[in-house]
Formats: sequence, structure tokens, C-alpha cells
Amino acid sequence: MTVTEATLGARSAWARATPAWVRAMRYWMYQYKRTWRGSVTTSFLYPVLYLAAMGLGLGSLVDHHVHTVGGEARYLDFLAPGLLASTAMQIGGNEAMYPVMAAIKWLRTYFAMLATPLTVTDVLIGHLAWIALRLVLVTTIYLGVMAAFGTVHSALALLALPVGVLTGLAFAAPIAAFAATQQNDTGFSTIYRFGLIPLFLFSGTFFPIDQLPGWLQPIAQATPLYHGVALCRSLVLGRVAVGPAVVHIAYLVVLAGIGVGLASGTFRRRLVT
Amino acid sequence: MAQPRDPDPSPTTFEEARQPLVVGRGLTKRFGDFVAVDGIDFAIERGESYGLLGPNGAGKTSTMRMIACMSPVSGGTLRVLGMDPARDGARIRSRIGLVPQEDTLDLELTVLDNLMVYGRYFDLPRRVIRERAEQLLEFTQLTERAHDKVEPLSGGMKRRLTIARSLVSDPELLILDEPTTGLDPQARHLLWDRLYRLKQQGVTLVITTHYMDEAEQLCDRLAVMDGGRFAAEGSPRDLIARYATREVLELRFGDGDTAAVAERLGGLVQRHEVLPDRLLLYAEDGEETLSQVHRLGLTPDSALVRRSTLEDVFLRLTGRSLVD
Repeated sequence: MTVTEATLGARSAWARATPAWVRAMRYWMYQYKRTWRGSVTTSFLYPVLYLAAMGLGLGSLVDHHVHTVGGEARYLDFLAPGLLASTAMQIGGNEAMYPVMAAIKWLRTYFAMLATPLTVTDVLIGHLAWIALRLVLVTTIYLGVMAAFGTVHSALALLALPVGVLTGLAFAAPIAAFAATQQNDTGFSTIYRFGLIPLFLFSGTFFPIDQLPGWLQPIAQATPLYHGVALCRSLVLGRVAVGPAVVHIAYLVVLAGIGVGLASGTFRRRLVT
Repeated sequence: MAQPRDPDPSPTTFEEARQPLVVGRGLTKRFGDFVAVDGIDFAIERGESYGLLGPNGAGKTSTMRMIACMSPVSGGTLRVLGMDPARDGARIRSRIGLVPQEDTLDLELTVLDNLMVYGRYFDLPRRVIRERAEQLLEFTQLTERAHDKVEPLSGGMKRRLTIARSLVSDPELLILDEPTTGLDPQARHLLWDRLYRLKQQGVTLVITTHYMDEAEQLCDRLAVMDGGRFAAEGSPRDLIARYATREVLELRFGDGDTAAVAERLGGLVQRHEVLPDRLLLYAEDGEETLSQVHRLGLTPDSALVRRSTLEDVFLRLTGRSLVD
């Protein structure tokens, strides 16, 4: 018995331990410290390249021909926050696909965890918490890049950080729930082809939604990335209307919540047999 | 390798030390309609090495997973360290160690990293894990590979690492599911030696295997398991004495009908078994029986006299061999 324990009395060391889900999250952090170099391309390089190529390259063409894009004088200013939300979606989606499947099927990391005091809930929350941390890192870097490109015009832009994280989680949670049901990665290709990539192209990242045909607009507005993009954009550009903002936030929170609920079920069914 | 145990909410009293560590009564596991474990009864005593011997599909792994509190019990009762896995699963798992059948090592991390990461799941302080890791790597003879990535290690080394890892939390009970399957003979013998030392240090071992030599070498007591049920239970010597004779004479008749020959020889011994490729005659004295076979004018292609093993026990109890 240590001095601390003797002083604190009979309360067991068991109760004072680090929360179990934090211990699960710590694993992913430890792993990332050893393997982060591989993620520099997707987390940093691609976003910067997109911003430069589309924002500056394409942007100078666009600005030459129209006065405003979605209310902004410069295409770059219109584009940047959209790319932030899209990047969050991609990172969140990616982290919830192959790493989850690897942890179940190939490396069986989750099973290593479940042989210890960790439970399935700890395993799930720990992994999602790690994905959230990763999103914080990526979004922070991206905001820094945006500031370097001169596209941050309002202090409200700092709120784009939690919104980016929320957007990423709104994809990560349901996709993780799905990943736990899969035996191979063919489902992932479907998610990319019919989910992430069309959303990336048509959710208002590259051009305002009202450029879409009339019948397609409500459909786009019902999809998740549209809400992340719209909210990020309104924050970065300092033009927030409370009503729509609440709708965007609620949508993302509910989607993330549904994802966590579903994942709880699919993880349990897959990991505790 | 005396190590300070982690502060434990319920220190082992004299009373507790005399209770069996694991008790199953009518323990059952169902997967839908399929019954993998069909009402088994057992009590594993502290400090003993207890085995589950049976072929693939016997229900050994399902039983182990229930004891390891990773699989919910379908029926009957199970108490591990005096606690109910359904209620105190996490707490039980903090005091036991598991060496699973399939590796769950982190291939991209180093040997030492794997030990650190696992110890942190138990919330052990880093300093403590590092001290134990050093001792455990020495114990499993992996010290030179401490900073190597796990992926290129041999199967035997990976298995030793998994054992080292399972001991990081200094468990009272160690569960090993088929610990030497897939390893070459040298690796197997090294592992047996390490496990034997662990046993000597007082760690209670529960081992599943389909290798009769492993069961004979490592287990104080074992249960013969087949089709989800226990066919028999006892020490290896008891089981052989009860269900087999002292020696076995193995005969091969290359181009003859083994079954027909068996009829002619049947009267010689109390028990015989007709296998696809051999005839087994169970006797107290194999050489004597062999001379009798020759006196009957039979000339087997090959004859082998050997001691009875658990394989013979299994054959007697289930009519099948351990390895399919």
C-alpha cells in the first residue's frame, strides 16, 4: 500500500484509476506517435494543395469572371472553409473504416483490449475519442494554413475547430458502426464511391448549392456534409445566422449520436460473442 | 521473479486462498442453436496447472473465453476468483492474464512497446511496466529483441511475447488457449519450460490443447473434452491407469485387412482398436503380446511397443483420435 492509499483510506485503487476509455484512447495516441509520418500527406499536404490549386489557381479564373461567389469577392475565401469541413469528413471517414476493421479482423487490437479490464464501451468510446483528437489536430493545422493564405476574416473562425471535429465525428461514428459489421473492405469502396466522393463534390464545398438543379438542392441540403460546410463557412466569414446555425449543429449532433448508438450495438455483437 | 502485486481491493485472506479459483457448474455456451459447451462441472484450485484436452471443435476455446470473461455464459454458473463474470468482468480481468489462440500483438510497434501499451490498459505506472518488462523479456528470452518491430519475429517469439505480455499485470491466473499450436518442436519445448517455471512460481495455469504430450508435460490435472462435454477428469497418470493399459502394441499390416486380422487376434488382449492404418493392441506387456502374435503365425509389416498416452485415453473415451 502506498502512502497515498494509506492516507486516502480504504477507497480502493480500483476506483481511482484512469477512466478505462481514456486508456483505450491512449493506445491510439501511442500508436500515432510511432506512425504519424504516414498521415502527413492526407492530413496536411493534400488540403494545402487543394487550397492552392483550386483556391488560387482556379480561383483567379473564377474571380475574373464573376463578382461574388456565394457572397464572397474571392473564390479562395468561399472555398477554404468548405475544404476544412470536407477534410474533416474524409479524415473522420477514413479513421473509422480500415483502422476499425484492422482492429477487429487483422490485428485484433480490440480483442487485446477486451482481455484487460476494458469493456466494449471503453473500446468504442476510446477509439472515437482518438478520432476526435485527430480531427482537432487536422482542423487546427488547416485553420493555420487558411490563416497563412489570408482567408480568415473573423474571430468566429476559431469555432470552426469544434465544428470541424463535429462534422468528422458525424461521419466517423456511423461509418465505424458499419465497419464493425463487415468481413471485407468491399463495403468501404461503396462508401467512397457513392458517399464520400459525391458529397465532397456536391455539398457546397466548391460551388454554392444554388448552382445545382432545383430538384437536387433539397437533397443536397439533407446530406451531412452540407451542414458542416455551411456552418464552417458562416463562422469563418463571420456571417452567422442563429436559426440556420442551430439547425446545422443539431443535424450533426444527432447524426453523431445515432452513429454512436448504432456502433454500440454493432461493436457488441461483433466483439462479445 | 518476486514482484510487488498491484494494490488490490480484496487481499487474499487465508479463507480465500483455499477456495478454488475457478468454479463451473453446469456451464453451458450456445451460439444460436449450436451448443458449444454442454453443461460442464469443474473446480480449478489455486496453484495448479489444469488442462482441457480435446480435438478442434470440442468447446475448449468457448470455455476459455467464458473463464476469461470475454464471452457471456449461456447457462449454468461460473465463478472466477469468487466473482460472477456477468457482474464483475472488468474486475476479474484485472487479475487474470490471457494468452489467446490467435495473436493480438501490435505488429507495427516494437516488442517493448507492446508490453508498455498492454500494461497501460491496466493503468500501471510506466515505471512499473518498464521494470516488469525487463524481467519478463529476460524470462521469455526476448531481451535482445526488445527494440525490434514485432512483425518480422518468428512464430515462437511472437508467442513468447504474448506470454510475457499476459504477465505484465502480474495475474493470479493465466489462461492459455492452444499455446504451442503452429510452433516448431524447439519453440514448443522452450515454451513448456517457461510455463513449467511459471507454475513453480505459483501462478495458476489453465491450458487448452489438442496435443497429448503437452497435456502430459504441463498439467497436474486435466479434463478430456469432446463435443462440448467432459468425458473424464483427473491427473494424466490417473486417466491413463483408468482408461488404458500400461503399454500398447501397434501393428501395421500393409496389404492385409486390418479388421480381419483383429478378429483373429482379438482374444489375445482385453482391448483393441482398429485404426485406418494400424491395429492397436492394449496390453500390460507389449513385447509379450508381440511374441504371441508371432506364435499365431502372423507377420506384421511393422510392430511398435510403446507406453500408453492420453491419446489412447481419448480414443477409449470417444472412439476418435485427438488429431483429425
